[in-house]
Amino acid sequence: MGIEGIGARVARKEDKRFITGAGRYVDDMVVPGMKHAAFVRSPHAHADIKKIDVKAAEAMPGVIGVLTGKQLKADGIGNLICGWMIHSKDGSPMKMGAWSPLAVDRVRYVGDAVVVVVAETKGQARDAAEAVEITYKERKSVSDAVEALGKGAPQLHPEADGNLIFDWGIGDAAATDAALKTAAHITRVNIVNNRLVPNAMEPRAALGHYDKAEDHYTCWTTSQNPHVARLVMSAFYNVAPENKLRVIAPDVGGGFGSKIYIYPEEIVCLWASKKTGVPVKWVADRTESFLTDAHGRDHHTTVEMGFDKNNKIVGLKVDTIANLGAYMSLFSSATPTYLYATLLSGQYNIPAIYGNVRTVYTNTAPVDAYRGAGRPEATFVLERTMEIAARELGVSPAELRRSNFVTAFPHQTPVIMCYDAGDYGTSLDAAMKQADYAGFAKRKAAAAKKGKLRGIGMSCYIEACGIAPSAAVGSLGAGVGLWESAEVRVNAVGTIEVLTGSHSHGQGHETTFAQLVNSRFGVPLDSVSIVHGDTDKVQMGMGTYGSRSGAVGMSAIVKALDKVEAKAKKIAAHLLEADEGDIVIENGQLKVAGTDKNVPWFQMALAAYTAHNLPQGMEPGLKETAFYDPSNFTFPAGCYICEVEIDPETGKTDIVQFVAADDFGNIINPMIVEGQVHGGIAQGVGQALLEGAIYDGSGQLLTASYMDYTMPRADDLPSFQISTSNTPCPGNPLGIKGCGEAGAIGSPPAVINAITDALGHENLTMPATPQKVWAALRSGSKH
Amino acid sequence: MSEVSLVVNGRKVSGAVEDRTLLVHFLREHLGLTGTHVGCDTSQCGACVVHVDGKAMKSCTMLAAQASGSTVTTIEGLANGADLHPVQAAFKEHHGLQCGFCTPGMIMTATDMIRRHPEGLDEATVRAELEGNICRCTGYHNIVKAILAASKTMSKASKSKAKKAA
Repeated sequence: MGIEGIGARVARKEDKRFITGAGRYVDDMVVPGMKHAAFVRSPHAHADIKKIDVKAAEAMPGVIGVLTGKQLKADGIGNLICGWMIHSKDGSPMKMGAWSPLAVDRVRYVGDAVVVVVAETKGQARDAAEAVEITYKERKSVSDAVEALGKGAPQLHPEADGNLIFDWGIGDAAATDAALKTAAHITRVNIVNNRLVPNAMEPRAALGHYDKAEDHYTCWTTSQNPHVARLVMSAFYNVAPENKLRVIAPDVGGGFGSKIYIYPEEIVCLWASKKTGVPVKWVADRTESFLTDAHGRDHHTTVEMGFDKNNKIVGLKVDTIANLGAYMSLFSSATPTYLYATLLSGQYNIPAIYGNVRTVYTNTAPVDAYRGAGRPEATFVLERTMEIAARELGVSPAELRRSNFVTAFPHQTPVIMCYDAGDYGTSLDAAMKQADYAGFAKRKAAAAKKGKLRGIGMSCYIEACGIAPSAAVGSLGAGVGLWESAEVRVNAVGTIEVLTGSHSHGQGHETTFAQLVNSRFGVPLDSVSIVHGDTDKVQMGMGTYGSRSGAVGMSAIVKALDKVEAKAKKIAAHLLEADEGDIVIENGQLKVAGTDKNVPWFQMALAAYTAHNLPQGMEPGLKETAFYDPSNFTFPAGCYICEVEIDPETGKTDIVQFVAADDFGNIINPMIVEGQVHGGIAQGVGQALLEGAIYDGSGQLLTASYMDYTMPRADDLPSFQISTSNTPCPGNPLGIKGCGEAGAIGSPPAVINAITDALGHENLTMPATPQKVWAALRSGSKH
Repeated sequence: MSEVSLVVNGRKVSGAVEDRTLLVHFLREHLGLTGTHVGCDTSQCGACVVHVDGKAMKSCTMLAAQASGSTVTTIEGLANGADLHPVQAAFKEHHGLQCGFCTPGMIMTATDMIRRHPEGLDEATVRAELEGNICRCTGYHNIVKAILAASKTMSKASKSKAKKAA
């Protein structure tokens, strides 16, 4: 590694603009003539729209247009879709109900968009939105997924009988039942995975601009994947053909999954811009974000895990009900299936697994992937079960895990995944050492003297990242391929632009991707620019989610760099009258190995463009494109240990130490990787202790502001103790596994295992608020 | 409409605004100072923190009219020309930001926090005083580290200044 290359702890190139207030987010964009949109949203969880009267609103000051779903449909705008087909066990396709960007005759959750108002100012648009009169006839609503499956529950969509979207299975049910019959011990657990709101700090926003003269649309939007947004809006929503639609995702203030999807608002802003003849901007306020951003998690699961007399796992049976909300969001079907149940083997040798997943419509915001997406749910299921099993069997939680670890690779699990590399024992040892696990009893006794309850818990997670081999996901129902693309442009003076289909919304790609180029060609970081987030600039791309930008996005860059290198060496060999095979690139020079003959990088680049003296038949220029399709998922894994101290008087839990030992394969910039882990852990601790989206009996979201939904704040968290080990991923050229989601995946069970250890019983659900812990201390049975 | 007149980042500005205009909207929409962000609607997130007459203030809790006559510093006015403010430099050096959206508010809060604690800061104090600023990316770990580092740098700088003056 050089001082700026792979492995170096380089400060981020992008920081300068963010720390000086020069970042450019969608809400900062101003287009001449731009006006403002406000949405009229359903106040009811479930109701028929009887009448929409816009007359009073149209007469309000500054109003340019008041538009309804009927008009939108008349203009041929399509319904929102889910892009991943899942078939039920009986072979029937998932039951997708219609989701119009503006509701036409029925609303299905509080926040469902019904009317859009365009006005001169944001304030005028909001005032006029309040003057739109909509007559509703309320229907009975249901927000809990288990209730929605029950007899007599209100029906949301005519397509989905009993609100069941699909009833899907993975693994071998008969083999699993048979294995459980032979078990010496079965641990049975009921698990609720609480519903979360992603809460990127930048609210969603869209600016649609229709250029009448060119018959061309531009959309600035808070997206993690602008090309996918363009593709879907063009192919399915009939907004405009791809060549007449440019999507720009500039600086985006966090995503965590919630900005993968295409929402009604960007479609409506584009359509409304054509309709009204003005550019239309909409920015969500925080309550709109709470109501309408895709939520995460919300699973009810029963688990049975069987052990033989030597405490080896013989079988695992999991039955999950997943709440998908009122409509199927873009990847909502994949999250509780192929991103969840395929990870149910965890780090363990489990000979037989069966997972059953039923997904359900309810009168709540759509639910889709949120940081970790299915993998936190799988890890919570497994790691709570392992900890409880250890307590039931009276053995050390660490040793129960260790004795069941997969230790030989590749390892084919019974649920599709084939683990390529890992060393779970090393992570476990590192975490236990860092946490001084052996010294816990002493600390517990010391805490008891102060009247505090101490507990310790661990979690050994595995996840699948590098999403994903296109043919594999295609065979499983994905509507898209999940490759990535890159273009590397070497300019005539030797500076380099990398155009990538990955999108950075906090991950630091402008730095890490440049570090890769620096490692290859010795060009200083300052001379490398990363271009992303604009469909007019970047060839194509699938975007950033599922910790894929390193493993997939950078692999595409490597492929393009290989091509550039091959051509650069040919040019250098020609200039130096040497054999191309003897050329090496070192310190910004192309050298003849073993001699002092060299040509500086910039001189070679200049030669490529002057084209005065190129090898016979070579095309001028130095620019290469590559598409990379991964051969397998990658499998980051690790061990997290949490130690808590509970005040029995108040039920307040303090995290006194949090240790993470992760294996992410090779690392480009350790500083950035550590930052990803910190942030992930904070979100996982948030889920475990603080966060929960609560709908009341009438489908109102009670937690729709920062006054009601508890975001983790600085004094809720400790500083984290983190380390990494490295078994390089054999499946991609850089040996990268991905680090973006691990923290959120591994931490919730570690926290809850620690609290239940302190409590002495398992009767506790997330979030473990002081109130719940206080109550749990006064109820439940000791284990 | 209200006539407002204030000094923002050393420049005198004035204008007529709707009475309901918040200071944050005046800064962003009238002055084009888009470094100050709006992350919520309940004055909880702190993305909009600026300095009003030298004190950290959530600019979404204040009408532009209330700020009339005041001196306001926003994130755009914090650096001394090309020289980053020590808090800005510390956020970069310690990776105290990821998506950058909460960052201007964090930096303005931190700057005020350090000013109010010339004796220096410890981790517990920094965490407690960050109560009004929410970050979803960093888990606060590196923000806390950056503020502690900036506090040290600034107290060293002020000590050496005091020495020179003596």
